[in-house]
Amino acid sequence: MNLLINMFPIALMFAAPIVIAALGGLFSERSGIVNVALEGIMMVGGFAAATVTVMLEPVLPGWAPWIGMLVGLLSGMIFSLLHALASVNFKADQVVSGTALNILAGGLTVYLAQIIFRQQRTKAFTTGLAKITIPGLKDIPILGPTLFDHVYPTFYVALLLVVLTWFIVYKTPFGLRLRACGEHPQAAASMGINVYRMRYLGVMASGLLAGLAGGVMVLTQDIQYTLTSIHGTGFIALGSLIFGKWSPWGVLGAGLFFGFSQALSYYAKDIPFMATLPQEFFYLFPYVLTIIALILFSGKAVGPKAAGEIYDPGKR
Amino acid sequence: MKSSKRLQLIVPIIAVLLGFVLGAIVITITGKSPGGMFLAMGRTLTGIDFTGRTGINLRYVGEFILQALPITLTGLAVAFAFRTGLFNIGAEGQLMVGSLAAVAVALMVKAPPVIHPIIGILAAMAAGALWASIPGLLKARFNVHEVVVSIMMNYTALHFVNWSLLQFGSVDRVKTPEFPPSATLKSEFLANLTNGSRLNWGIIPVILAVIIFWFVVEKTTFGYRLRAVGFNKDAARYAGMKVEQNIVLSMMISGAFAGLAGAVITLGTFNFGRVLPSFEGYGMDGIAVALVGGNHALGVFLSGLLFGMLKAAQPLMQSQGIPREIASIIQASIVLFVAMKLGIEAALEFFTRKNGNSRIVSRKMGGKK
Repeated sequence: MNLLINMFPIALMFAAPIVIAALGGLFSERSGIVNVALEGIMMVGGFAAATVTVMLEPVLPGWAPWIGMLVGLLSGMIFSLLHALASVNFKADQVVSGTALNILAGGLTVYLAQIIFRQQRTKAFTTGLAKITIPGLKDIPILGPTLFDHVYPTFYVALLLVVLTWFIVYKTPFGLRLRACGEHPQAAASMGINVYRMRYLGVMASGLLAGLAGGVMVLTQDIQYTLTSIHGTGFIALGSLIFGKWSPWGVLGAGLFFGFSQALSYYAKDIPFMATLPQEFFYLFPYVLTIIALILFSGKAVGPKAAGEIYDPGKR
Repeated sequence: MKSSKRLQLIVPIIAVLLGFVLGAIVITITGKSPGGMFLAMGRTLTGIDFTGRTGINLRYVGEFILQALPITLTGLAVAFAFRTGLFNIGAEGQLMVGSLAAVAVALMVKAPPVIHPIIGILAAMAAGALWASIPGLLKARFNVHEVVVSIMMNYTALHFVNWSLLQFGSVDRVKTPEFPPSATLKSEFLANLTNGSRLNWGIIPVILAVIIFWFVVEKTTFGYRLRAVGFNKDAARYAGMKVEQNIVLSMMISGAFAGLAGAVITLGTFNFGRVLPSFEGYGMDGIAVALVGGNHALGVFLSGLLFGMLKAAQPLMQSQGIPREIASIIQASIVLFVAMKLGIEAALEFFTRKNGNSRIVSRKMGGKK
């Protein structure tokens, strides 16, 4: 039990960027654009956040990581415009365009690190994002130490974004239009919805959220940005999106689940029946699970129907 | 028809040129001189030092061909799947299990020289094919999209292969014990020919692979069937072709090419298995190679050389003060430009309209009819 309580804050730390990036994927795929570039956008966001944090820390301690995350979010959005341009305007294959962004992100971030810091990574920041303790709430038995004592505020941000996403996607006219574009763009267009515009907004939202996720990840789990800072989390986010059946609450559940499986890799040595499992088992677990989820969901109409298809206004 | 064929050739060439122009612009903006990049590429391609400070050094050429070998193979892998209408983004993982198989054969099997690497190569191809058969089967049986499965399989391969390699015993947890000399593709002859580069007999299976790809895809009924499935699944089924079986087979052959790349790297470039902290990007390179090469054998061969040159020029660029990552930036932009071919076609048409050329593009863009 004690172990579980200790594990909780770590699991939430891992879960936060997964959930946030997966919500990004949700916006994009719901609008009909597959976004395999979540990983690359996270890299750009993480790099920008780390760079700004390093530079502002001496001037604005405490505020620097928050400004860093804001810049990460914006750079992620700008970077994702490339994906929107290619796949909406030029009807590029969305997987090819996403792959190009992933390659570009790795090159661009390390290139800029060399220009700015003269090394293959950013300089290390001193504190990154600070953990917070909520007075009062932290004294609640069990819940206090798991959720409110020395935890990163990022998970609350993620939680807030889940609610916000749910509201936008399911309770507003905008959300309905967005989903229509991902299910049947021609039908949406016949009702006067500008499919191109909706898809642009979907991809930009995904860039914004994935950029934020990158910043969150680097500032809570790392001491600097390196080429391997994101190490596949963008793809775990993609997996969470699938595992969570493209719904915000599902994404939250899947993200928490994968967050826990990562935290387990640190605590496995203390748990009797897991101590013998190799570390690598925990690393590959989320990916294998995603494949199994895909098999289980196959044949049922779970994901957005038109995601990945090139929009052809003349098609019926 | 004729002009659309010509476009097929022109678009990649323009994309490549645009990629290099963009690279030069990035270098200039960040306060470096793009001349260094072109000098580095010239030296990599020919071995000649165009600054005239030192003489010709063929080692650069050897390293350039060495870099082209695996990405030509992953390019063939991606291209083969593309021809059947499949997107094999999993060449990365198939390559890794291929190299694991090659390591296993090199360390556990005892065989005379020549035979030993051949067994290793065959094992690597089988492993790659097996790994690729999973997304193939899932696509054929459950209609699960092969892209997502392959991405997840890549990461599964990374961690699985790393764990497996350590079971061979390792002092530093970074590499396996060295292979016996009988197991490798190392070639003293080729190394001497290129002033001590790492060029090796891996070049032979690569050339064979290019020829076999061309023959199977263009000249056999089997290849015709695969292409038919790629063109129109339903029509192929109506014509009595076994679509599901062809999907699995195509993925397996694609995986075999990628597995072979793993063997060529492990048995040729190195002589031990390597535990990797992250992907080396050969699979992603393969996507670039296949796209620029138009999914044809000759095209893949040429674009493999192009991207191999770009990879091999990286250390020279770094020594010129240009961060080596410029190569990835150029490569990614080329892929992006090829993907945006509709834009290039539209621009081309705009510039050539005066000459009264075709209207194909404007029709494709859904514009004026």
